[in-house]
Amino acid sequence: MSNRVVITGMGVAAPNAVGLQEFEMAIRIGKSGISFFEELRKLNFSCQVGGKPGISQDILDDYFTPLQQRGLLSSGIIYGVSAGTEAWNDAGLEKAPAEAPDWDTGIIFGTGILGVDKFREAIHLIDAGKTRRLGSTSVIQTMASGISAYLGGILGCGNLVTTNSSACTTGTEAVIMGFERIQAGKAKRMLVGSCGDHGPYVWGGFDAMRILPGNYNDKPKLASRPMSATAAGFVPGSGAGALLLEDYESAVSRGARIYAEVLGGEINSGGQRGGGSMTAANDEAVQKCIKNAVINAKISSAEIDVINGHLTATTRDAVEIESWVKALGREKENFPYINSLKGMTGHCLSASGSIECVASVLQLHQGFVFGNVNCEDLHQDITNLITPRSVPIKTIEHPVNILAKASFGFGDVNAVVIFKNA
Amino acid sequence: MQDKEILERLKKIVTPYTQEKSGLEGFNQSTDFIKDLQINSANLVDVVLDVEDEFNIEIDNDSMDGMLKVEDAINIIKSKRAES
Repeated sequence: MSNRVVITGMGVAAPNAVGLQEFEMAIRIGKSGISFFEELRKLNFSCQVGGKPGISQDILDDYFTPLQQRGLLSSGIIYGVSAGTEAWNDAGLEKAPAEAPDWDTGIIFGTGILGVDKFREAIHLIDAGKTRRLGSTSVIQTMASGISAYLGGILGCGNLVTTNSSACTTGTEAVIMGFERIQAGKAKRMLVGSCGDHGPYVWGGFDAMRILPGNYNDKPKLASRPMSATAAGFVPGSGAGALLLEDYESAVSRGARIYAEVLGGEINSGGQRGGGSMTAANDEAVQKCIKNAVINAKISSAEIDVINGHLTATTRDAVEIESWVKALGREKENFPYINSLKGMTGHCLSASGSIECVASVLQLHQGFVFGNVNCEDLHQDITNLITPRSVPIKTIEHPVNILAKASFGFGDVNAVVIFKNA
Repeated sequence: MQDKEILERLKKIVTPYTQEKSGLEGFNQSTDFIKDLQINSANLVDVVLDVEDEFNIEIDNDSMDGMLKVEDAINIIKSKRAES
């Protein structure tokens, strides 16, 4: 007997919008969150465009006390606490009282690297012999689990409170891990999600690998081009997404609004074998991950209405489509709708999976398929596999019953989750 | 510098770190930073850094360990200022 798991709250801090309502509007109209950064030009970056959520002082005041704002330099914590607290409030939950935590609620909130700007500040002080000037906030803002620790304390969670990390798979992996914990009866609610820092010290390594586009610095909104023939690499982004997963009985008994059900998922690795490497996916592993997710969700692949892909805007996009075609046994006009959020947000790295899960669930709940941005010139390797009809470039109003969401990451790791309309 | 002036400046410094705001109402020499103001022990190092900046002094670890009450802080501030 395993428990059913539903989504009762969501929050998001994405480059193109902060807050759930603004985000839904943004993805419906294809709003770009990519801009040019003078800082990156001065630092001689090849790619001088990126995606950062716009966090106003009002938003900071909503989610952080004045004391927490002192010396707050970890952008990942700012995004993660904003999104995580929004999801909590959106689910209609109250913070635990001062005396005792909520023992039935836990957190799995991942990140790739946390508090890079805070760490830089610490490095400068330490190198100047002023270690004692670091104060109390250096550790908590730079430990990887800083994000789950902040959220756990603000909300008062007494179940598992941890941070997972699996590169660009992180957010989707967190959803599946939280789902499994509730399914197993070990928690009633799990706040799951992920965040990612912004800025040159996070993005520089990718620039050095020459996998970011350098030819769109004067037209940033066109830079991120998933599935396009003129895709030139992924645009780095940042932010956070959060989902409040809840045991179905618990959600019903407290009269919570249910956005969607998590039917199941799969997490695996290609082991950096069989064509897989530190930076490239083993295609057999990707296909196994998709197939097992379908099996675990107890659906047939024909039932999938929409795929929200990983699709980062590199030459690997066509390979991903091919894996979907093979794993689902659906091609040409038989292929479901597919979209990628990254045309609007760039690739938000460790935050991408959770931000895109929020976008996926919004589509299910509101009945639309958001249009793909910057892929009017669909790559020929893709049109050889599926029809352009499957890749809408304008948002279409269309009921969505079942959606498959995939994320893949460095280290040859994969995650696929299946959501169903509630 | 008069004790009263140091007291007022100290009160301003500890206010953002104080979790028990009622402790600020009777803020005086005998106020205990942890017991009366409920300042998180980790935040005490931040209070010390703020005191250093405010009074242009440096407080060594031994002095910091003895800084439990407001009067301790005032004595440390006065002696460090006299040294410099």
